[in-house]
Amino acid sequence: MRFKDVFSIMGPSMIGPSSSHTAGAARLGMAARQASGEQPDEAEIIFSGSFAETYVGHGTDLAVAAGLLGFAPDDERIRDAIALAEAAGMRLRFGTELRPGGHPNTVRFALRKGGREATMIGCSIGGGNVEIVGVDGFDVKFSADCPTLLIDHRDVAGTIAALTEIVGEAGINIRAMEVDRQSRSGRALTVMELDDDASPAVMDRLAELAQVERVRLIDLDGEERT
Amino acid sequence: MRFSTLAELSAQCREASKTLGRYMIEEQARESGKSEDEVFGQMASYYGIMKEAVRRGTTEETKSRSGLTGGDAKRVMAYRGSDEPSLGGDASAAMAYALAVSEVNASMGRIIATPTAGSCGIIPGVFVSSQERFGWSDEQMVEGLFAAGAIGYVIANRSFISGAEGGCQAEVGSAVGMAAGALTELRGGTPEQAVHAVGLALKNSLGLICDPVGGLVEIPCIVRNGFGAVTALAAADMALAGVRSVIPSDEVIGVMKDIGASMPEAHRETAKGGLAQTPTGRAILSELRGKGGRS
Repeated sequence: MRFKDVFSIMGPSMIGPSSSHTAGAARLGMAARQASGEQPDEAEIIFSGSFAETYVGHGTDLAVAAGLLGFAPDDERIRDAIALAEAAGMRLRFGTELRPGGHPNTVRFALRKGGREATMIGCSIGGGNVEIVGVDGFDVKFSADCPTLLIDHRDVAGTIAALTEIVGEAGINIRAMEVDRQSRSGRALTVMELDDDASPAVMDRLAELAQVERVRLIDLDGEERT
Repeated sequence: MRFSTLAELSAQCREASKTLGRYMIEEQARESGKSEDEVFGQMASYYGIMKEAVRRGTTEETKSRSGLTGGDAKRVMAYRGSDEPSLGGDASAAMAYALAVSEVNASMGRIIATPTAGSCGIIPGVFVSSQERFGWSDEQMVEGLFAAGAIGYVIANRSFISGAEGGCQAEVGSAVGMAAGALTELRGGTPEQAVHAVGLALKNSLGLICDPVGGLVEIPCIVRNGFGAVTALAAADMALAGVRSVIPSDEVIGVMKDIGASMPEAHRETAKGGLAQTPTGRAILSELRGKGGRS
């Protein structure tokens, strides 16, 4: 069944006008915020496809800014989110680009804070649901509808076993997982989609592994924690 | 869920001597592992948001960000106050409330997607106006929303509920069917009658394309929500009077899927056909593109 329960029909509660172009866009903004691990000082937001054509009328820009501030899709501050972001010291730049063959509702983020830059590419696939297809140059594919760990590490033998052992010992079930690397023995990213919330203790244990550089949590419906 | 067709849903309700709404509360609790109170509470909070959207849309400014729409619900309210609407006061209220919620949506207010944002006015329009008219409690209305959700669950899984997939018949059409079935039950109809109301209503929107001007959820979406609320009242009345959907409702849902699947892409939310490509629709689009280029 594509639709699992009554609340996938009745709901979500959201700020209009469009579940894909507004509610989904807000979720993508929040995913980008969490993927960068912090509130950025500078955000470059590039729309393509139908997003590029209609983002002003649908408030997609406001919704993305709201997500970058950590607002939920039904937060009435979405309407003022660009002004609120600027007031919070976040510089926003919106643009458009062509992405031949890409999903019609795609947005690319480049978020900067200090000397660091994080990038994310995501699509809004309908009904407020999203799909993340790129993080920091790695190819990924996850829905962000469950707690999701992004683990940056070096490509070293035994890493996947070490990561899954820690998660498994904590009694957390992994519902899906993928690994992408830049080069052999180079930088790699593991994405773990979880059935249960990952506690700070589990994230700390993962981060303590010698080959792990950083652990980030994407949890759009939970309390924010990075 | 233990049902996947409306025939199964109504047979299971009859067997258990339960309303569609009551049955769906129990099914939702079972499926989600949450208590009935918890799932009821979530829907009750949604009904509160629907009522607030009706209030805002009938009393406050609702100009959309594009500037294309807003204020139509207030126009209908004012007309009802000064003249005798051809629909009569009650159906006219349902229409005004549906316009109101759709305008709140277009002006970036808070709504509940039922089943989508584009069709978010129909169920609140029918429910809030009927509650005022018949004096029903909030608890009855929330149970009615579960009935609407049970019907929508079947439609969504056996056909479509998004305009991009199945055209406007899938969004506004589904919402009208959901509202009609739920209203039939709220007024004392049997599960069988509620299911007939769904089929009767859906037949009236088969083939309706999704052709939003400028790609925005405004023209013709908002007025179609107003019309949709009125159609839901009509379908419920027919079903309560004993009119049957000769083509069973599940078969109507099936044909909605077939029609949606064969609908050209131009008529599925792309703004490449229909009203969006009329001379005026195109002029509006190019004006919006001018505004959109402020990046």
